[in-house]
Amino acid sequence: MAARKVAAKSNTSKEDLLSYYREMLLIRRFEEKAGQLYGMGLIGGFCHLYIGQEAVVVGLEAAAEEGDKRITSYRDHGHMLACGMDPKGVMAELTGREGGLSKGKGGSMHMFSKDRHFYGGHGIVGAQVPLGAGLAFADKYKGNGRVTFAYFGDGAANQGQVYETFNMAALWKLPVIFVIENNQYAMGTAQKRSTSTPELHTRGLAFGIPGETVDGMDVLAVKAAGEKAVAHCRAGDGPYILEVMTYRYRGHSMSDPAKYRTREEVQKMRDERDAIEHVRDLLLQGKHATEDDLKAIDKEIKAVVNDAAEFSKESPEPALEELWTDIYA
Amino acid sequence: MATEILMPALSPTMEEGKLAKWLVKEGDSVTSGQIIAEIETDKATMEFEAVDEGTIGRILIAEGTEGVKVNTPIAVLVEEGENVADLAAPAAPAAAPAPAATPAPAAAAAPAAPAADRSPDWPAGTAMKTLTVREALREAMAEEMTRDEDVYLMGEEVGEYQGAYKISQGLLDQFGAKRVIDTPITEHGFAGIAVGSAMAGLRPIVEFMTFNFAMQAVDHIINSAAKTLYMSGGQMGCPIVFRGPNGAAARVAAQHSQDYAAWYAQIPGLKVVQPYSAADAKGLLKTAIRDPNPVIFLENEILYGRSFEVPDIADFTIPFGKAKIWREGTDVTIVSFGIGMTHALDAADKLAAEGISAEVIDLRTLRPIDYDTVIASVMKTNRCVTVEEGWPVGSIGNHLSATIMERAFDWLDAPVINCTGKDVPMPYAANLEKLALVTSDEVVAAVKKVTYR
Repeated sequence: MAARKVAAKSNTSKEDLLSYYREMLLIRRFEEKAGQLYGMGLIGGFCHLYIGQEAVVVGLEAAAEEGDKRITSYRDHGHMLACGMDPKGVMAELTGREGGLSKGKGGSMHMFSKDRHFYGGHGIVGAQVPLGAGLAFADKYKGNGRVTFAYFGDGAANQGQVYETFNMAALWKLPVIFVIENNQYAMGTAQKRSTSTPELHTRGLAFGIPGETVDGMDVLAVKAAGEKAVAHCRAGDGPYILEVMTYRYRGHSMSDPAKYRTREEVQKMRDERDAIEHVRDLLLQGKHATEDDLKAIDKEIKAVVNDAAEFSKESPEPALEELWTDIYA
Repeated sequence: MATEILMPALSPTMEEGKLAKWLVKEGDSVTSGQIIAEIETDKATMEFEAVDEGTIGRILIAEGTEGVKVNTPIAVLVEEGENVADLAAPAAPAAAPAPAATPAPAAAAAPAAPAADRSPDWPAGTAMKTLTVREALREAMAEEMTRDEDVYLMGEEVGEYQGAYKISQGLLDQFGAKRVIDTPITEHGFAGIAVGSAMAGLRPIVEFMTFNFAMQAVDHIINSAAKTLYMSGGQMGCPIVFRGPNGAAARVAAQHSQDYAAWYAQIPGLKVVQPYSAADAKGLLKTAIRDPNPVIFLENEILYGRSFEVPDIADFTIPFGKAKIWREGTDVTIVSFGIGMTHALDAADKLAAEGISAEVIDLRTLRPIDYDTVIASVMKTNRCVTVEEGWPVGSIGNHLSATIMERAFDWLDAPVINCTGKDVPMPYAANLEKLALVTSDEVVAAVKKVTYR
């Protein structure tokens, strides 16, 4: 087992570092709890955990402003927590209860929040990409200066509709950041087995969309790249591509036997590149926090997650009449 | 505090599994994420990770045990400083929530004679003007775009070309390129963009050059537009109109000749309109643009140039779910919609000449369907023939037949006959194409059969 690299010095403020630590830890603990509830049969169907990828969404949220929009795929719990949606509402949706953000009718893959400008939660690979460009189209139409983060994976990056969208987003200069969360596996297919050219950030070049690759295990690097992309979009220069190199520790979904990669590969990422440990090191080495301070945060987060889990168990199942509501506005 | 490690469910369908192998033993300390056991499910052998950190206090299920039910305690995890010996006997696992009771199906207790909405679409004495269906559609869009800044039109050739079928003629000049948007030929992508913009509060009208091309976009129409309101628990809807010519034009062969009425009418969350007359085209399109839900608006190329009387009213709309009785009759009910109405009305004329009185109903909207008007008519005439251009299997006529059987079985004096397009891809040859389409003569023959003439 290789030792963790010593974190580079950072000039990020103590408050910011602590906030990234807290938000990433919330996602990880939440997802671990979700995995546990799945194992207990309280969560059913598909459940895609975000463990390992926390720095991507936390870094980009740090670059966003109030009113900016976001949309993602089915691996969406982290995005919802990072943009400020209630952990209780998310967990209760996972358990299919009345207190869930979609009243139990959407499930793990389908939650939305108008207040937090979160537009889902989409289960069809790649569909959120044109939808995200559509959100940006609306912002441009209204001239409100907002940008949209459209998240998708390395698997979705091979979908045809992504390139139709790249073309129109560039043609119409839509303020959308295409965030390719490259966790290196499309379900169980390694990128090199599915993708002719590995550099996904160059996929927009044919359309005139600039792109860059970002270390997705370093929340500060993600934030810095996000700020650059946001500035590009807000300046009216059209879309931008961020290929964020990340890693999913857990399976594609809960029923993933994980035969397509070695245990050692996963363990090596956890040991050497973990995004939360990285910020933890920065906090301790910069003397921004003590072990005890961080333990206190851990405890606080654990309490939030436990409360969410309790709520998700106690919240009743939706009333039977709910079967017939919300079909038409 | 000691926590029980329970036999996990590792797939959506797993109920029990084999505890194939323990990778830890009692007394080992484990960290969160560490693989502690291998479990064989109905699908595969899975690695099972610890969720919390602690020490394995006790292993309750030995490796090699088969048929271990989900949620059975398989081990006990203790925290630092806890004594394994102090552990109480494992408590019974918490039961999974009981499945919801299945609601009893709503009883099909229909009133004997339904009260159909027979109110006129416009007041008697209203001034009328003659418009083609094409002009009526354009007027509807122009009026709604004037009324609401958030309404915009997007599609292939809607702007500078003035519309592939000239429906959007003049709109670019009137509203500018911001609101009349020419797209590349990428239906999947632009339908998705339009749906996204509707989720963010705009009111897009998407023109498909023909509905055949909407098959490229069908995932966004159904999965993204129709289901979002439900999936979001009512939080986020999608006010959008997908419109364009549908069905066979003339001699354009199999890939360009298809009626999608029955396809889209099957989808909860969509509203589906197929107008016949210019007045309906205008009044229903205005309603569609104002509707907060996704609406499929199926036009017909052959009808675009037909002229009809349209009320000259400033703000003329027609509600969804209200059929129109074009002709009253006593011997048989003919139900149709869209271009099928030309055959229905033509057949009714021919039948009248032979002394058979047909009542002709235009459904106008296929979701919602005005069942009451159909049922009330069938209870009067006791016979029914349906007419549509689409294929016979799973047709709108099939659905109406089933509904009539459920709600008016005792009133029927003959089986309902569905006149449809033939069960073949559309041929190119003129004679074969004619044979593939539904005809007035087939409607006349069906009526004679149900009236035993």
